[in-house]
Amino acid sequence: MTGFIPRDRRWHPPALTPDYKTSVKRSPSFAPLSFPTSLPEETGPMFRDDMLGPNDSDLIHNFAKAGESAVGPRIIVHGRVIDEFGRPVPNTLVEVWQANAGGRYRHKKESYLAPLDPNFGGCGRVVTDDHGYYEFRTIQPGPYPWPNTMNDWRPAHIHFSVFGHSFAQRLITQMYFEGDPLIWKCPIVDTIPTREGIESLVAALDMSRAIPMDSLAYKFDIVLRGRRQTHFENRPEGL
Amino acid sequence: MVQKLESYRESPSQTAGPYVHIGCTPNFSGITGVYPEDLGTTMITGDVSGQRITIKGTVYDGAGTALRDALIEVWQADANSKFAGKGGDTGFTGWGRSAGDMATGEFTFETVKPGRVAWPDGRLQAPHVTFWIVARGINLGLHTRMYFADEAPANAEDPILTRLEHSQRIPTLLAQSEADGTYRFDIHLQGAQETIFFDI
Repeated sequence: MTGFIPRDRRWHPPALTPDYKTSVKRSPSFAPLSFPTSLPEETGPMFRDDMLGPNDSDLIHNFAKAGESAVGPRIIVHGRVIDEFGRPVPNTLVEVWQANAGGRYRHKKESYLAPLDPNFGGCGRVVTDDHGYYEFRTIQPGPYPWPNTMNDWRPAHIHFSVFGHSFAQRLITQMYFEGDPLIWKCPIVDTIPTREGIESLVAALDMSRAIPMDSLAYKFDIVLRGRRQTHFENRPEGL
Repeated sequence: MVQKLESYRESPSQTAGPYVHIGCTPNFSGITGVYPEDLGTTMITGDVSGQRITIKGTVYDGAGTALRDALIEVWQADANSKFAGKGGDTGFTGWGRSAGDMATGEFTFETVKPGRVAWPDGRLQAPHVTFWIVARGINLGLHTRMYFADEAPANAEDPILTRLEHSQRIPTLLAQSEADGTYRFDIHLQGAQETIFFDI
């Protein structure tokens, strides 16, 4: 069998998670159809780092006026993108977005009373290096209230969009911060069935990468689906 | 005891949330001056062979309400059945991303009609475009395929369409031709017209 290690749908959140209310009418009721991957799933768009602007991975400055910077705890977020076999995923695009230090998103549908930061946009992107490593700098986002039950608050989080090398690897997830007590009260976090799965999205404080008198650092590794070897596909001599 | 398997678990998915456009289409969401243009806006970037088409559609929830906060991505072969980066047309990215219309949620892709791509056993698949849908309320991105209703002979021998148990659901994967090269592909997340989604 060619293709990728199948997604473990008992490890990922199921589609229907009623405590996250919006999922109730946005979840398919039929089971998804499984089939072997072919070229459309085993290929995908590739992005090169020469498309990036110099400040694309610096959210502290990429929306700020000249000489100014975003308000909030300055942090570096770094890590590695690997696959399930532990192989690095080099040269893949990672996009991030987040609220500002007060939990306010720069979005017209957003009406939370915490103010916008005139020097913070909230988007960034980076391409992993030849060994799968990425790094960006930002300010730590604040928690954020949302209309689910009457008193739900998202833990501080950064959204991640990762492409991998194949459309089958496409993934959007969220990074949380070590020690945040809101992680264990959040209906969106709780869509993940296991504590182990949740913990795999919690970035560790990484003092070894902090810059003294400048920024703290958090380490967040991302695992994409592993691609199987295809040596024996349609080769009778290999069977 | 046995040797330990050295493998890792895939990072669990989380919803893209209501503000996915801040990160993926910031110019669309009003955050200008960071990136020159939103990624995936233009699929045809130069000379390209084949029939130019427009794909339009809307994503509906289980109550029949249009989603206005979804992000739709497509990936497809070029007219010669080749993928970008794998010998495909240099003037064609094969990949598109649409935030949908702010008021109606309708997405639009200006692209070309894809050629037929081989299945692992050598049979040809019918022309299709792969879709990936994320939004608030969707915990794991949804994969589906758009086939063309006007490709009936190819559809009749497609390795996936021919093995569906619920063959009456096939129309949910068929884009209908409208005037002047425009195809409509509406996606229903849930309910009587529920689109077939794939676990690939």
